[in-house]
This record gives sequence, C-alpha cells and structure tokens, in this order.
Amino acid sequence: MRYRIAMFFRMSFFLCALVLGFLLPEKAVAQTGKVPLVKLSHLQKYLNSTSDTTYVINFWATWCKPCIEELPHFEAVQQQYQGKPVQVVLVSMDFAKDLERKVVPFVQRNKLKSTVFLLDEPDQNAWIDLVDPSWSGAIPATLFVNNARKQRLFLEKPLTLAQLQEHLTSKFSQNP
Amino acid sequence: MRKPYPLLVLLLSVLALVSTTAYRMANNGYQVGDTATDFRLKNVNGQMVSLRDQKNAKGFIVTFTCNTCPYSKLYEDRLVQLHQKYAPKGYPVIAINPNDVTLSPGDSFADMQKRAKDKKFPFVYLQDETQEVARRYGATRTPHVYVLTKTGQDLKVSYIGAIDDNSGDPEKVQKRYVEAALDNLLTGKAVQQTSTKAIGCTIKWRNNS
Repeated sequence: MRYRIAMFFRMSFFLCALVLGFLLPEKAVAQTGKVPLVKLSHLQKYLNSTSDTTYVINFWATWCKPCIEELPHFEAVQQQYQGKPVQVVLVSMDFAKDLERKVVPFVQRNKLKSTVFLLDEPDQNAWIDLVDPSWSGAIPATLFVNNARKQRLFLEKPLTLAQLQEHLTSKFSQNP
Repeated sequence: MRKPYPLLVLLLSVLALVSTTAYRMANNGYQVGDTATDFRLKNVNGQMVSLRDQKNAKGFIVTFTCNTCPYSKLYEDRLVQLHQKYAPKGYPVIAINPNDVTLSPGDSFADMQKRAKDKKFPFVYLQDETQEVARRYGATRTPHVYVLTKTGQDLKVSYIGAIDDNSGDPEKVQKRYVEAALDNLLTGKAVQQTSTKAIGCTIKWRNNS
C-alpha cells in the first residue's frame, strides 16, 4: 500500500512536471541554463505568433564578438519589460556540435535570463529569407515583430541599449 | 539642329550616372547581372593586384573573407580546393579581407601574411584597407562570394552568395553553390541558382554605428 501511495505521488509529480514542462518551456530553460536544440518550426512559432506580444528576436553566436557585446542590452531590456508583452528571444547560430561545449557554458556563465535556443538548421539559405528577405546572413541581426499589430522591424547590425529601447518605445509603443 | 546635341548627350550621361549611383546606393552594391568594376589592392606578397592584369582568366571567384571569423576559417580549405579545381579552368579565387584593422587587429596585413603562409594559400589574399571594394560590391559578411565572368571587356556578376550549404561540416554538404555556378558557366549555360544566403560574420566597418 505504501508503495502504491509513493508510486501515486511519484507519478503525479512526474505528470505535473511533464505538463509544466509543456506549458512553460522557456521558463524551464532559463532556470536550468539548458539550451534546447530546435528546428525551424520552433523559430516560426515566434515569427508567426499572432499574440499581441512584441518579440525581439536576436540572432547571435558565441563566436561572434559584436553579438556578445550587445547581449547585455537584450538582457537589460528583458528585465525592464518584465510583466509586459515584450519577449526577448536569443537564437544561437552556433553549430549543434558546440551546444554542450560552448553554448550552455556561455549561457550559464553569463546567467542569461532571456529565452535562448540553438537553431539547428545548417542549410541557412533555406530559411534566412523567412526571417526577413533583406537579411544577407550577417550576424548580429535582430527582428522586432508584433503580428497582432502588424509591426515589424529588421536590423542587420549591432544595437546599443539606447537604440533597442528607442525602437521598442517609438515603433512598437512598448513602454517599460 | 547640331548645336544642342552635345549638350543633350552630356545632360543624359549626367542623368544616367546620377540614376545608376542612386540605384547602387539604394541596393547596397551589386546584383546578379551587374557589371563589376576592377580594383587595385595589395596582395600578401606586397604586390598590387588588379583583375585586368590576369589576361588568361575567364572570370574570378571574388571572396570577401578574413582571418578572424570562424565561418571564414571553416571555409579556408574549401577555398583552396575551389582554386585548385577552377583556376586551371580560368576561374581563380581572389580573396579579399575587408575588415577594419583597428576593430579587428587579427586582420592586420602581417596577420594576413602569416595566415596565407600557414594555410599555403595558392590564391591571392588582398587587403581592402579603405573598405571601398567591399562597399562597392555590397559585401556584408565573411565569407561572401561574387563569381564574375568576363564578357568582352566587362566583368559580369554571375553569382552572389554562399560557397555551399553546410558551413559547419564539409562532409555533410549537399549543394555546392559556387561549383554549380562555375560548372554552368564553363559549359556555356546560364547559372541556375544565382544567389544564396548564409550566416556569416558581419564585416567590421570603420565608424560603424
């Protein structure tokens, strides 16, 4: 009997964890410092989302110096807009084979709180235009998108904190 | 009837010049089909190199690349192979480093010389010190390839983009874009896929905002 109760608790705990895992994938990711390896369809959830949320989707890599330099600005913005419909999404362009060796340690060391995932789609020509046709493929690059308000802005260059805030407040009317 | 004619020609050419300049600026560099202009840049051996000097070439694989970008490094061996395969057929690789040395000290001329020696580059490796060539071509990242074809006196842009479809793993490459374009050109066909995109390091522009 005790075994059964214990089993019941274990099962329900497991189920809860499973359900929570599905409901809050990003939160879980941010807390554990794990970085999921995803395919294009995962990125497209953000690109095509119809919720009234302004996604700030930044394409970066651990080997890209200007990317790493601007990451703290994105983290700052995510903090500033906590509780507001603004979500920073950091899309790592590192190679899948470098996930555990480079990306995860980087995310943990820098205590990144924003949503981070590694897009494992080596045939970049197949999807770069889906992010924005004006993107040549250079990183850093950032897409601001709010489909509910039909607003989008794509920038293929590094951004300062002031520029980031300026774009969010002036073009997307998102105030912290 | 005769008098206004030269004036008209002058006016028209000024207009043409202004409009093509405006077009170029709006489009940020060359598009496939455009005529590319020549340049004169210093090679790692100290000599100045121009495209017109290479009388026997049918065209060029102009590649903006650098010492410091991991993606560029991943393609060094593949660039060597491209040159070895296509230079004898008339299409040598012309590697150009456009990065600002102040922003990217690892791309200094001395470092370029060292890299070329270490990797035994069989092709020229030129420094675009003023970044003028990269701007004119519209290069944004490294590596960024422009295949040029000689048509009469002109150099026509035949392909712009990536070298192949897998930067990280040469073993897993399925589409060799530059090779396909060159094979088309060498067999007198139109290039099937004239432009592709790939992730790369942004060129380190001076006074970047």
